Amino acid sequence: MAIDAATIEQLIKESLPDAHVSIEDLRGDGDHYAAHVVSAAFKGKTRVQQHQLVYQALRGRMGNELHALALQTSLPED
Amino acid sequence: MTDPVVSDRIMRDITDHPVVLYMKGTPVFPQCGFSAAVVQILTHMGVKFKGIDVLADPALRQGVKDFSSWPTIPQLYVKGEFVGGCDIVREMFESGELKDLLQTKGVSTRAA
Repeated sequence: MAIDAATIEQLIKESLPDAHVSIEDLRGDGDHYAAHVVSAAFKGKTRVQQHQLVYQALRGRMGNELHALALQTSLPED
Repeated sequence: MTDPVVSDRIMRDITDHPVVLYMKGTPVFPQCGFSAAVVQILTHMGVKFKGIDVLADPALRQGVKDFSSWPTIPQLYVKGEFVGGCDIVREMFESGELKDLLQTKGVSTRAA
């Protein structure tokens, strides 16, 4: 079961509208991605909480259809 | 919803052991690259940890995800607190934050 990068980006942006999302398909198999998400919503949150926001945006797909998403989160630069 | 029996067991594990890694496979034979990466980091740092194989127990495999609201394995706990999965542990290791955290929590790492 695979999921395409555009879908991942769309889901993240639905929950975090200001997010800058860059996604790389690591193996070209639609199953192993690396995503870098930049959003002001991460402000004041721990890394765990930041990643949880992204996982919530993916609504249960992470760990199911989406086997591997290496995640990096950061705040927008001022 | 976490099964109360499973969450009690997780609470006990992470209270009884200073550093716990829920992983796929065992520290000697990890069954997944992400679990292997965290084992490698902890071993490299000389941290003693208890590895718990979630593949051996389907209820635990789901239970630990519910427990931490975290969808993936591996999961690292230090002194009862969820630290993160593979990406976070790696990032913290590279920045030196992991060592600081372990020292703050009184977990010994190998002297550099």
